[in-house]
Amino acid sequence: MTMVAEAPLKNAVPTDQELIDFVVREARLIDQQRFDEWLDLYADDAFYWMPLEWNQTDPRLTCSLMYEDKLLLSIRVERLKGARTFSQKPKSRCHHVLQTPQVDSRDAAANSYVTWTPMHYVETRLEEQTLYAAWATHHLSVENGKLKIKLKRVDLINCDAAFGNIQLFM
Amino acid sequence: MTRYAGNAAALRALVRDQEVHRDVYVSEEVFQLEMEHMFPNSWVYVGHDSQVPNAGDYYGTTIGTQPILLVRHTDGTVKVLHNRCPHKGTRITSETCGNTGKFFRCPYHAWSFKTDGSLLAIPLKKGYENTGFEQSHAATGMAPVRHIRNYRGFVFAKINDGGLDFEEFFGESLSSFDNMIDRSPVGQLKVAGGVLRYMHNCNWKMLVENQTDTCHPMVAHESSAGTVVEVWKKAPPGTKKPMAVEIIAPFMSPYEFFENMGIRIWDNGHGHTGVHHSIHSDYSAIPGYFEKMTAAYGEERAKAILGENRHNTVYFPNIMIKGPIQLLRHFKPIAANKTLVESWTFQLVDAPDMLLERTLMYNRLINAPTSIVGHDDLEMYERAQEGLHSNANEWVNLQRLYSPDEAGQTNVAVNGTSEWPMRHQFRAWTKFMTMGM
Ligand code: FES
Ligand SMILES: [Fe+2]
Repeated sequence: MTMVAEAPLKNAVPTDQELIDFVVREARLIDQQRFDEWLDLYADDAFYWMPLEWNQTDPRLTCSLMYEDKLLLSIRVERLKGARTFSQKPKSRCHHVLQTPQVDSRDAAANSYVTWTPMHYVETRLEEQTLYAAWATHHLSVENGKLKIKLKRVDLINCDAAFGNIQLFM
Repeated sequence: MTRYAGNAAALRALVRDQEVHRDVYVSEEVFQLEMEHMFPNSWVYVGHDSQVPNAGDYYGTTIGTQPILLVRHTDGTVKVLHNRCPHKGTRITSETCGNTGKFFRCPYHAWSFKTDGSLLAIPLKKGYENTGFEQSHAATGMAPVRHIRNYRGFVFAKINDGGLDFEEFFGESLSSFDNMIDRSPVGQLKVAGGVLRYMHNCNWKMLVENQTDTCHPMVAHESSAGTVVEVWKKAPPGTKKPMAVEIIAPFMSPYEFFENMGIRIWDNGHGHTGVHHSIHSDYSAIPGYFEKMTAAYGEERAKAILGENRHNTVYFPNIMIKGPIQLLRHFKPIAANKTLVESWTFQLVDAPDMLLERTLMYNRLINAPTSIVGHDDLEMYERAQEGLHSNANEWVNLQRLYSPDEAGQTNVAVNGTSEWPMRHQFRAWTKFMTMGM
């Protein structure tokens, strides 16, 4: 597992390829269960958002499947390591298949870059293997020469379906 | 092989004073009998009337496994109809909710019905002349559920004619609804924020029982709430406690906390945890809210309303409400080993938005398929559903703090870790299961 978690950018403004590589790396860190390194990709004021409604615009007064700041994300990561985390005995595993991320917008002056990535995500535990189809939208910015996630939004195509436990990160 | 159909004695034998037979959870036959007897004999929650505010609005749901429809009739009243075309059985509405206008029209052969279910028109009506159609069941239209009651916006229905009337069935337990509704300065709730749906591979009763199981949080939720407490300890001193920590951390309260909080028992399987205090007691004040409540009710009454900390109120058979956080969970049976859990949230009309924000945060942190607290519980239910197939012991123990004289008692407050509420739910289960057999 020699992949570099956070590759420093060559220049102050990231290229499209650097944005794409970043999104792909993020998924790989989840798949390899390198959650501490994964968490480092998130800015301190970042949010991870999984809407409950199709085209949801409001995470505050409309319920979401997830709307978590870095504190909550770090709690999840710690929990996954816990000796008494019974729902993770045995552990879940996951697998991302990404389409090539598209750079939807880039605004160097505002230090804001947005990518859009259609994906299939598979989570397994014991005999069960569940497939989810989703679009991931990454809002990225450069901090100290590295890309950081400000917002990751995961729109499940069946966001309003009744699911069993979804244990890891899409 | 049928063991239980038409055999009230065999069904009664499944429930003993201090234990219940595993067949109440694993037997498909018992499940079918619950659908035929227990649910139709009970007053079952349908929905909230704010889900159908305008004439023609409808919402499709179930009583047990039977599809039904809540609809706002043209005269403004709320009706509950069986969601089945009287012609060939087609489900009438294609979506869960919507507006049908002045009438329902079956998508198969276009029979149409008024919003109270009565037959409006049939295409090529002539074909039914001289067939005795007027005497047919089909001519009566979509069958209404005859016994319905709208209690301050919450609609309940009973399918069977027998059984208890609404007041007898719920008795004093309605005070938990009153408290949740009175938390609005204008005494009104509105469904808001969307519904979370969570599929459980276990029997619906495991969820109902768990609502009053206060010996599991500090064990099962060490993984989630325990981690929250640990992570929060590392925050720099003086950091303002986030809403999320306020919501999750109390699940790790010690046994003593739950013993002292108390459980109240009412008739017919209803009851609530949190007689004195609960995991909802120490939420931060929401700016401007108390002032509004005081203006509406006077200070003393406002304090009394907000001082009530009922944790989980179980309404037998299959809902639970949380007054202090305005949330209702509906445990919808699908099969002996499958249950759909819907978590509904309510907005207190004329109260600050931040209350709804907290309600939604609670819902997504505790009750979502993507939560962490919910994962802990579901893991235990599914392990129980599997473990019960062991022949080592056919009985589930519900003996904690049992007292032989408890059976007839009602409206008592007992030790918060007692399994009395579960024994009490099973006494109600037997009663409504065998009623009229
Ligand atoms: S089934 Fe409804 S009109 Fe024929
Ligand atoms: Fe629990």
